[in-house]
Amino acid sequence: MRFYEFESKKLFGMKGIPLPSGSRVAKSAAEAKEIAASIGGPVVLKSQVLSGGRMKAGGVLFADTPDEAVAAAEKILALEINGHAPVGVLVEGRAPIDQEYYVGVTWDGFARQPVMIFSDMGGIDIEEVAEKHPEHIAKRNFSTLAPFSEFMAKELVAAVGVSGGELNKLTQITTRLARTFIEHGLTLAEINPLARLADGTFVCLDGHVDMEDEARDGQKALLAKLEIDPQEKRQARPPTKFEQDGVVVDSADHRGVAGNVVEFDGDLGLVIGAGGGSLTLFDAVRKHGGRPANYCEIGGNPSVSKACNLTKLILSKPGVKKIAVMMNVVSNTRVDIVARGVVKGCVELGFDPAEKIAIFRIPGSWEGDGFQILEHYGVEYCDRSVSMFEAAGRAVAKMKDA
Amino acid sequence: MAALFIDVEVDANIAKDADIAAKLVEVCPVNIFAKTNGDLQIVEDNLDECVLCELCLNAAPAGKVKVKKLYGPKQVLVRKD
Repeated sequence: MRFYEFESKKLFGMKGIPLPSGSRVAKSAAEAKEIAASIGGPVVLKSQVLSGGRMKAGGVLFADTPDEAVAAAEKILALEINGHAPVGVLVEGRAPIDQEYYVGVTWDGFARQPVMIFSDMGGIDIEEVAEKHPEHIAKRNFSTLAPFSEFMAKELVAAVGVSGGELNKLTQITTRLARTFIEHGLTLAEINPLARLADGTFVCLDGHVDMEDEARDGQKALLAKLEIDPQEKRQARPPTKFEQDGVVVDSADHRGVAGNVVEFDGDLGLVIGAGGGSLTLFDAVRKHGGRPANYCEIGGNPSVSKACNLTKLILSKPGVKKIAVMMNVVSNTRVDIVARGVVKGCVELGFDPAEKIAIFRIPGSWEGDGFQILEHYGVEYCDRSVSMFEAAGRAVAKMKDA
Repeated sequence: MAALFIDVEVDANIAKDADIAAKLVEVCPVNIFAKTNGDLQIVEDNLDECVLCELCLNAAPAGKVKVKKLYGPKQVLVRKD
């Protein structure tokens, strides 16, 4: 669950991470004026939307007086950004900046540990820094089992050449961020930019926080303090009709999972899943130059009707030419049941499964029966001797002739 | 739409036996059997959900319930003893 900037900053503030002066969210222009007046100097006003590109869209404005703040807040509150209406406008003091840094903590799937990242080039996309200026970025994994030590943060910050009093201050902020990440079940805690002001103090100018959805129950106290409803679902954008229909397919039958259906604009429909297989397969399709029409996660032995209805949903999406049915090796999902579902989905829509299913690559339990079904309908399939990457390649190759 | 993958046959005399019919309804995990006005019915819509568990074969006397796979080398599952 993604936090709005003002919620992220409220959390950081609770943890002792310094914020710009008077940082508060306003729901109206009048309230923005009041906050600006209490700050008593130049302010920045920022649209509170769960979307990037705020500055470009005109969602970040500056004001030197409370009256200017009113005009800016009115503009921002009326401005939709990427289809999102703002939930408020963050008003905070503006001060001259000497340098911008980046500090973030996220999850490293390869190391299976959190990783903290620090850079003395803040204010820009951290991926860009990693690519173009790798010498300005430092990373360090740490365990969630042992208490987090300040020393680890100090090593990280020092690795890019920061020293002296600056090192001490940045170590403290990095430590607090890492501890916040662990304590509250976060998947991302990021400050970008973290600014050193002309007076030598540091402030978090912008912050991002993502909380693991499953952590919400254990974080009710924090969410209450941040005035976030624990049942509230935050998404980067409102679900599309296709995605809503995906939820209906999944919830209509308790057997198995056909969830997390996400719409993309490609032509290759994906029926994918199995223990991280969905992400791997989605990436593999893209790596081969394919254009996925959707993402989804199937597993837990979905019923024939669930697999069938998911197939029908995907094949009915405008622009979808074929589907690729691919999973990692399955044990608790039956190959024959998924095979029946996807073949049935094609047949019920009046399609020839051999033509519509680009590849079926699900090895595992009951694969003998599954492969008999696919052979019966002339569908190309492969077993575990063909990697997921290779199977994705075969599916993409077939799209070239589609 | 008719089932594509599975067909189930129940001997007509067995289908009239209320106890066996009730047992078939009870054991099938995917509700292929139903009892309507005392008669055993095959629920066509659920046939393709058959998980080939063979519980129905064991709930009736040997040879009286047959589960047919409609794909690959045609196979009929039937209890023989």
